[in-house]
Amino acid sequence: MTQQTINIIGAGIFGLWQAYTLSRAGFKLRIYERSKTPFTSSASWLAGAMLAPYCETEPSQPELLPLSLEALELWRDGPLDVSFNGTLVIAPPRDKVELMGFQKRTEGHDWLKHDAVSAMEPDLEGRFEDALFYKEEAHVAPRPAMQRLLDESIAMGAELILGHEGEDYAAADHTIDTRGIGAANGLSELRPVRGEMAVIRSSEIHLSRPVRLLHPRVPCYIVPWPDQYFMVGATVVESDDEGPVLLRSGLELLGAAFSVHPAFGQAQIIELSAGLRPSLPNNIPRILLQDDRIYVNGAYRHGFLLAPLLAARVYDYINTGAIDERLLHASGD
Amino acid sequence: MPDGALKVYGVELGSRLLLGSALYPSPDSLSGAVKNSGTEVVTLSLRRETSGDGAASTFWEHIKSLNVRLLPNTAGCRTAKEAITTALMAREVFSTNWIKVEVIANDDTLQPDLFGLVEAVRELSDQGFQVFPYTTEDLGAAERLLSAGAEVLMPWGAPIGTGRGLMNPYALMTMRNYFPEVPLVVDAGIGKPSHAAAAMEMGYDAILLNTAVARAGNPPLMAGAFAKAIEAGRAAHEALIIEERDMASPSTPQAGTPFFDLENL
Repeated sequence: MTQQTINIIGAGIFGLWQAYTLSRAGFKLRIYERSKTPFTSSASWLAGAMLAPYCETEPSQPELLPLSLEALELWRDGPLDVSFNGTLVIAPPRDKVELMGFQKRTEGHDWLKHDAVSAMEPDLEGRFEDALFYKEEAHVAPRPAMQRLLDESIAMGAELILGHEGEDYAAADHTIDTRGIGAANGLSELRPVRGEMAVIRSSEIHLSRPVRLLHPRVPCYIVPWPDQYFMVGATVVESDDEGPVLLRSGLELLGAAFSVHPAFGQAQIIELSAGLRPSLPNNIPRILLQDDRIYVNGAYRHGFLLAPLLAARVYDYINTGAIDERLLHASGD
Repeated sequence: MPDGALKVYGVELGSRLLLGSALYPSPDSLSGAVKNSGTEVVTLSLRRETSGDGAASTFWEHIKSLNVRLLPNTAGCRTAKEAITTALMAREVFSTNWIKVEVIANDDTLQPDLFGLVEAVRELSDQGFQVFPYTTEDLGAAERLLSAGAEVLMPWGAPIGTGRGLMNPYALMTMRNYFPEVPLVVDAGIGKPSHAAAAMEMGYDAILLNTAVARAGNPPLMAGAFAKAIEAGRAAHEALIIEERDMASPSTPQAGTPFFDLENL
């Protein structure tokens, strides 16, 4: 059998996991990317990359759990440096009820009292009386992960075409469109959900795992990245606006970090960015078969977590023609 | 079946539940809640969903496609002026004169700033808006709002998002009795269907809520539960509820019943 050629459009986390998965399976790949330097226009570039199957079921998306747990195993088996240190969920004392609600609506957690919270994250000692700990969850440094997946794919023979404009692609056996909002012209149900995030740097605080701060109005999370960087995210706004971070959002995100620990007051603000999450009506990433293309889209807030699973199921589809119905988007779904 | 439909600003509404559109897990979930509740009015926030220059939102298009009457709100506004600007934008974007006027006094309680509210209601009414002011049970403020042009009043049950229900039933009852002819909608603080039913039993005309449905484990299911509770409460009000009494009053006549039923001892 001759080697099949596959075009992948978009080099965000979906495209990159797809490229890695198919390269390993021996396909000849072309990766088309609109931006001139990798990743710069990708929504994935702004992701926190928490791999949190249990926390992500909140609010009320229980159907995500089995998919996410499968995806987490693929992360574990992949080439990337994934930290399986769990997730810590905290709330200010007066919003303890938020923590109780979160506990009720999610699985996979232990309730920690003060000493246990400090043992988990010594730098938070004395700051939070109660916390929920999701021991099976993980996180990955997203930007190095994207680079690594790209490097591995290229090392296995994938071709990367940067600065690609328009809809002309070389002939291929399959075309997989992972462009996110960039594919909106072909996918009428896709909508953008604006997100804003900050990257800060502090040498005074060390965290071993993502910390989610529950708050009735301004929930946020802090993800430790390598080299003393922290990602603080993220707003979720039903808006098509791609413009810069709003002052209020910046205040909310940075204020939330400051409330987790005042030492963040001395952190440097490295970056404040805004982007659009591609989202389907049920906010769950899906595979769509349409117009002779395999679309993988609708990452919403779950792109990193589910990327390896979607890539594996697209591979199965190309191989066998059978599709995992749980991941297939039907219109009006 | 309960009689008469609710009429606000000349519009008849079959459903007495007004539903907020924020905080749902997904647009699908919102659609499910709207469908299951049978609501005819959906509120939406222009300000919260607009970033920067007011880019058109796909989400708004989704809400428009639900075929319900839209009630834009001025959520998050801190001054009358801000609320007025937001209302003007909302009229343009959603092509409706209806506006839920919210002027917030305090971030911790999100309670209405009654002074700013009266000012915003007067100005907006003058500009041809049909206003739905989010207010407290304060009767003085209520009279000012009515004379400023409001034909509907929306007192809180409890602070926004708290889900505590009717914190001051006495004041809400007084308000109902004081304005027997004014459409009154309990807005904010409702947590569970029994809260909504209680307000409807008191004679409130409708319930506006958001968090209690959107943040429920299953929003469409909860929306249906609220619809039933509101219908039950309204029917109970129209059916005239019996008076409470201090002593037991048997529902079957006691004369002639034996002291012991020996057969079943």
